[in-house]
Amino acid sequence: MMNSSAGAGPAIAIRGLRVLRGGLEVLPGLDLTVPRGQVTGLLGPSGCGKSTLMRAIVGVQKIAAGSVDVLDHPAGSSVLRSRVGYVTQAPSVYADLSVLENLRYFALVLGAPKNDPRRVIEEVGLTGREHDLTARLSGGQRARVCLAAALLGKPELLVLDEPTVGLDPVLRRDLWELFHRLADAGTTPLVSSHVMDEAARCDRLLLMREGRIIADDTHDALLARTGATHIEEAFLTLTAATADTGDSALTTGEPR
Amino acid sequence: MISPVRTLATARRVLAQLRHDPRTIALLLIVPCVLLTLLKYVFDGEPQVFEHTGAPLLGIFPLLVMFVITSVATLRERTTGTLERLLTMPLAKLDLLLGYALAFGTMALIQTALVFGLTLGPLGLTVNGPTWMLFLVSLADGLLGTALGLFVSAFAATEFQAVQFLPAFILPQFLLCGLFVPRASMQTVLHAISDVLPLSYAVDAMTRITANSGVGGLEVRDLAIVLGSAAVALTLGAATLRRRTA
Repeated sequence: MMNSSAGAGPAIAIRGLRVLRGGLEVLPGLDLTVPRGQVTGLLGPSGCGKSTLMRAIVGVQKIAAGSVDVLDHPAGSSVLRSRVGYVTQAPSVYADLSVLENLRYFALVLGAPKNDPRRVIEEVGLTGREHDLTARLSGGQRARVCLAAALLGKPELLVLDEPTVGLDPVLRRDLWELFHRLADAGTTPLVSSHVMDEAARCDRLLLMREGRIIADDTHDALLARTGATHIEEAFLTLTAATADTGDSALTTGEPR
Repeated sequence: MISPVRTLATARRVLAQLRHDPRTIALLLIVPCVLLTLLKYVFDGEPQVFEHTGAPLLGIFPLLVMFVITSVATLRERTTGTLERLLTMPLAKLDLLLGYALAFGTMALIQTALVFGLTLGPLGLTVNGPTWMLFLVSLADGLLGTALGLFVSAFAATEFQAVQFLPAFILPQFLLCGLFVPRASMQTVLHAISDVLPLSYAVDAMTRITANSGVGGLEVRDLAIVLGSAAVALTLGAATLRRRTA
């Protein structure tokens, strides 16, 4: 709402998105709008379609129906390739290169400024490790190399698939602070997680279950609306409500 | 849009990966030398065998080695997710493929230089034609191996499959290329098949350069066919890279 780039459309606008994978309907017809300049959390159990939705947003997922617009362009357009940063769930950097070698390569591909690798290394807290071979890093450190790669060239939209999983609490707090700093600077981070505890750290929450968005609201509004004290409880209440109303998704968040 | 910056960055990155893997570099450079030395001394009693097969093998080794390492390297890129990541970035598919071809082509160059020094020097292989032409053909063979490796890696889902493509894809060409039996004396069907396989022209060129002192139109044609096949394989390889997948 506040500090979003003036005059521009939403960061992400999805209408009737239907995705089939291996003959199964992973996303049955999903509508979604993500505003700019906020930290949006995509929360749901593993297997609910979060990664597929994120793949559709970055434009690598074949879709059966519907439309996905990102920063006012169809997802996957070539103009978006240097404007959207993406972190996949499994680390997608070269294990047999050092941290700096990885980031230098991706910076050249993205056409990012020459000093960008140093900047992003500092941002994800890997200073002092830049010459370490990525294969020798811990899982959490490797995840941060991927995050650093996604920050190269200061993209306007950051699609982060479970970037904080398995990290120690201090580091997790630091990363969420980083996401908010980025949002304040005008970037839109979309962060997925299957850990409901991370809900309180997001400006806005999307709860997802079985390929549907069952809630789209702020953390506090969601608790108030469901009368729950914890977001996990709210999730259960909403799940029961969706089951009651049959097949249709319950998206009662006020339109924004 | 192909960009020289991105292509060169990719080539440098692939070479940097190799630099972190000195054992692979050692295998790449030493194995062909050992094999040719072995060939020379296995046929010590029949020196004409080495004279006859030495030159064609100078072209076949780079092709084999480059085929294997390229197909495995590309498969690794596909399975670790770095390919998907790269294809969300402003990188043309040909940037990636040419980057690989350039990097492994450089390795092929070093390998070929080394094998040449050994074979034409201490092992005493005599070639009537010019050495530079022999060198050029064998470099083209290395490039063809790289291009074929890039292409077939699209059809492999695992390293096991990728490695099996060597016997499946290269050995038939090896049998039909005229190294064991002159192509002219093959059965009609087999001869026709060997006519459309690029390795046949690589071996033809090598045999011609060994026998004749000058460089004629036929040698140039053979070289052009090998390079043309490499270009076709690269283009087909680019077509197998998909930005959007199921």
